[in-house]
Amino acid sequence: MGKPNDLVQGTLDLLILKTVSLGAMHGWAIGKRIQQISGEVLQVQQGSLYPALHRLEQQGWIKAKWAESETGRQAKFYSLTAAGRGQLERETSNWNRLSAAIDLIVTEA
Amino acid sequence: MRWLAQLRMRIEMLFGRGRAGARLDEELRYHLEEQIAENIAAGMSAEEARYAALRRFGNPALLREQARATWSWNWLESLLRDVRYGVRTLARTPGFAGIAILVMALGIGANVALFTIVRSVLLKPLPFKDPDRLVALYEHSADDRFPFNQVSGGVFVEWRKQNRSFSDLALLGGEEFNLTGASGQLPEKVHGANCTWNLISTLGVQPALGRNFTEADDQRSANGTALLSWGLWKRRFGGDPALLNQSIHLNGRLYTVIGILPAWFSFPDTQTQLWTPMNHDKPPYTMTQLGSHEFQVFGRLKPGVTAAQGAADLSVITRRLHNEHLDNPFVSKGAEFRPLLEEMVGDMKRPLYVLLAATCCVLLIACLNVANLLVAREAGRRKELAIRTALGGGRLRLLRERLMESFLLSAAGGALGLLLAFGAVQWLVHTRPDMSRVEAIHIDGVVALFTVGLIVLCALFAGLISSLSTKSNQLLLSLQDAARGSSAGHGHTRLRRSLLAAEVGLTVVLLIAAGLLLKSYQRLRSSNLGCTTENVLTMRLDLFGGRYNEPAQLVNFYASLLERVRALPGVEAGGFVRAVPGQGYWGDSEFTIVEHPPLPQGQAQYAINREADPDYFAAMGIPFLRGHSFDPNRKLDQANQVVINESFAKEYFPNEDALGKHLHYGRGIYEISGIVGDTRYSLAEEPKPIQYYPLYAGFLNNGILVIRAGHDVEQLALPVQRIVQELDHALPVSDVLTMDQLLGKSTLDESFNATLLVAFAALSLLLAAVGLFGVLSYIVAQRTSEIGIRIALGAQREQVLRLVLLDGLRPALFGLAFGLAASVGAARLIRSMLYGTQPLDPAVFAAVSATLLLVAALACLVPAWRASRLDPMQALRTE
Repeated sequence: MGKPNDLVQGTLDLLILKTVSLGAMHGWAIGKRIQQISGEVLQVQQGSLYPALHRLEQQGWIKAKWAESETGRQAKFYSLTAAGRGQLERETSNWNRLSAAIDLIVTEA
Repeated sequence: MRWLAQLRMRIEMLFGRGRAGARLDEELRYHLEEQIAENIAAGMSAEEARYAALRRFGNPALLREQARATWSWNWLESLLRDVRYGVRTLARTPGFAGIAILVMALGIGANVALFTIVRSVLLKPLPFKDPDRLVALYEHSADDRFPFNQVSGGVFVEWRKQNRSFSDLALLGGEEFNLTGASGQLPEKVHGANCTWNLISTLGVQPALGRNFTEADDQRSANGTALLSWGLWKRRFGGDPALLNQSIHLNGRLYTVIGILPAWFSFPDTQTQLWTPMNHDKPPYTMTQLGSHEFQVFGRLKPGVTAAQGAADLSVITRRLHNEHLDNPFVSKGAEFRPLLEEMVGDMKRPLYVLLAATCCVLLIACLNVANLLVAREAGRRKELAIRTALGGGRLRLLRERLMESFLLSAAGGALGLLLAFGAVQWLVHTRPDMSRVEAIHIDGVVALFTVGLIVLCALFAGLISSLSTKSNQLLLSLQDAARGSSAGHGHTRLRRSLLAAEVGLTVVLLIAAGLLLKSYQRLRSSNLGCTTENVLTMRLDLFGGRYNEPAQLVNFYASLLERVRALPGVEAGGFVRAVPGQGYWGDSEFTIVEHPPLPQGQAQYAINREADPDYFAAMGIPFLRGHSFDPNRKLDQANQVVINESFAKEYFPNEDALGKHLHYGRGIYEISGIVGDTRYSLAEEPKPIQYYPLYAGFLNNGILVIRAGHDVEQLALPVQRIVQELDHALPVSDVLTMDQLLGKSTLDESFNATLLVAFAALSLLLAAVGLFGVLSYIVAQRTSEIGIRIALGAQREQVLRLVLLDGLRPALFGLAFGLAASVGAARLIRSMLYGTQPLDPAVFAAVSATLLLVAALACLVPAWRASRLDPMQALRTE
C-alpha cells in the first residue's frame, strides 16, 4: 500500500453520503468504512470529517440520531434523508462525468 | 422536504445551542475513545495509544471550532459574545462608562426632543381631510403696504360667488365672548370666533358630539347656535353630554350648543374655544364692506387646481371690484395665498430649525467627547492590544470590539436620552400651551425610529473616529516601548487634540449664536416704549351685552369706574385705552385733514387709532409736547377733540402747526387739541402715527384699564377687580398683568429661543471644558518622564507650568479660530431672528472669545499645576 492519498475536497461529501446510504452509522464508523472499502487507499482526515458531517447535517442531506453503539456507549448515528438520496445521485453523476473527462485527457495517445 | 429539515436544524441551533455543543463534545470524545481502543487492540500501551490517537485526531479544540463553524446562527452567537465582552469591559471602568453614557444621553435627548417638535409642528400634515388642498387667502392692499392683508366681508361674498377654483370658501373672525350663567354668574371671558356655517365642513372635520352648523344657522334671524371646543366643554361644563342642545349665555344672549368638537381640534389657534355663525352675530352691513379688513379666509381647492391658480382666480375678481370702486382707496387690488400649514406655523420655522441645528451641534460635541474618552482608554490598553495583534487577532476583530463598546454606550445613552426627551417635551407642552399645534406634539414610532438611527450613527461616529488612532504597525512598537530613561511616544495625542479643537470650534459657534440672541432679546426688552412701565397694572374689560348698547351707558360706566379706581388708596393714576403701547397694532382707521386739499381719487390716509380717557396720557407717563388732553367735561356728541402723536404731526403736518387743525374721522370732525410723545405699538417696531380719540365719545366697548401706583401695584389687582364686580357683577375681567408681564408675554418667543440656546451653549462649554481637562491630564501623564527630566535638569516650576498650559491651550486656540470663522457664516443664518443686533457684533464675538479662553485656561490649570508640582524622582521611576 502506498502512501494514502489526500482526498480531493468536495469528494468527501460524496463518500460520506454513499457510505451513509448503506445504513446509519456514527462518525468513527464512517471514517473506518471509507478506509476499508477503498482498500486503505483513502484515509479520511479526521479533522475534516466532523466539520463535513455537521455541514451536511445543517444542509439537510443527512439526519442524526443518538443511539447506543456496539460498544454500549451513546453515539451519534447519521443516516441519509430523502433529499440526501437525490443529492447523492447528483453528486455521483457529477463525479462520473468529471472522472470520465479527466480520463479522456489523460489517456489521449 | 429538505427545507423542513433545515428549518428544524435552524431552530435547534438557535435555542438548543448549548445542548448541541455538549453533544458535539461527546461525539468527538467517542471518536477519540474508539481510536484509542483500536490502538490498544493493535498492541500499544494505554499511554502510547492515547498519544497516537490524539496526534492523529488533531487539536480537539480546533476541531470543535471547525465543526461549530458550519452551524447556522454563528453570527448571532458571535454578536452576543461581543456584547457580553463589551458589557464586562465597560463594567470594569464604571466611572468612564457612566460619564460617556450621560454625555450621550444629553446629546441624543436634546436632539430627539427637538426632532419631535419639528416633526409634529412643522412636518406632520394638519389633521384635516386632504390638508394639502387647504389654503389661507389674503387681500393684497391697493397701496402695496400689506400684501397679506385680512379680508373684508364684501370681498369674501364676491369671492364665494364668482370663483371657479374652490370647492368651498369660509370666513372667520376672532371674537371675545362673555360667557355667563343664566343670571350672569361666573362671568368668564372666552376667546372664540365668528365663522361662516361651512368653516368646519370645509376643513373636513366632524364634531365629536352633536352636529355641524347648517346654512339655516348662519342667518341673522336664526336662533343662536354655538360649537364648543373639547377643552371648554370639559373645563366649564364638566364634560357632561347633556349640555348638547342646552343653551348658554354669551354676551347676554342665548346660544344653543349644537356640537362639541374633538379634543385634537384647534382652529385657527389654540386659544379659540368657541365658534358661532358669522351672519347671526354680525350686522348685515359687515358682509357688504369692501374696505374693512377684519377677517381670515380659508378655502379648499377643487381637485386638479393649484393654489396659485386659485389665488389668481380670486385676484381677477378683486381687481374687478377695485376698478368698480376706485373712489374707495381701501379696496384691494389682488389676492394672495399661503398653504394652511404655513399660515399656522410659518413664523416658527426658522427658530425651530435654528434650535435643531444647535442640538445637532451639541450631539456632535457629545460624540466627539465620547470618542475622546474612548481614545483615552485605548491608550491605556495599548500593550494588551499589541499582544493580541501579535497572537493573530485581526484588525477587523479589534475594530468590531471597539464599535461594540461604542454601540453599547450609545444604546444606553440613547435609552436614557429618550426618557430625557420625553420629559423635555412634556415640560415644553406645559410651559408653552400658546404655541401653534402644541396639541400635536407627542413622541411616536417615527421618533423612536429616529432615536435608534441616532444611536447607530453616534456609535459608528465615535467608534470609527476613536479607531483612527491605531495603526497596526505602530502597535508592535509599543511592545518595545519599555526602555528606561526615555519618555513615552506621542501616542494618540494628535488625534485627541484635533477632536478637542473640533469640539471647541462647535462650542464657539453655539456660544456666539446664543450671545447674539441674548443681546437681541435684551435690546428688544429694553427698547423705549415711550411710556412708564414700572408699577403699572393692566386688565382687560369687554363690555358686551344689553347693558352697554348705548354710548351713554358706556360713558357712564367708564366715568364711574375710573372715579372709583382713582379713589383707591395706593392708586396714583388710572386710565382706560383701547390698547396699551407694546400690545400690538390693533387696527387703523381712515381720516382726512379738513384744512388740507382733498386727496386725489383712490388715495387715502390712515393711521393707528386709539380711544383713551383724558387722563390716560398722564397715567401712562406719555408727555404732552404741545397742547393738552381732552376736556373731561365734554362727553358724547360734545367730545370732539383728538390728540395726535409726534410721528403723526411730523408726517401729516410737516411744516405747520398741527394744533387747532381738524381731522374728519368717521362721521365727525375733531379738533387737534394736543400732541403727545411717540410710543411704540410693538417693542420690535418703530413708532408710527397714532390718532387718539376721546373715550367719552362712547364708541369703544372694550379695552384696557391701566392703574399706576407708587409701589407694589400687584396688590391693587383684587381691589380693582372688586370695584368692577360692584359696578357690574356679570362683567369678566381678563388678562390681569403688569406692564412688565405684558411685555414679557409679547416677547415670549424671543426669550424662549434665547434661553434654550444659552442652555445648549452652556452645556457645550461644559463638555468642551471637561474634554480639555481630560486631554491635558492625559498628555501630562504621557509626558511624566519628560517633565521629570526637565525638572531634574533645572527647569523652574513656572516654566513647566507655562509649557504644559500652552500645550493644552493650543488645541483650544485652534478651535477658537475655527469656531470664529464658522460663526461668521452661522450668524448670517440667524440674521432674521435678531433685533437691533448685527450678525457680526464685535462685542459678542469678543465676549465669547474671552469666556472661552478663560474657561479653557481654568480647565488646563489643574493638570498644568499638577505637572509643575511633579517630584522628578517619582516621575523618573514610574514606567
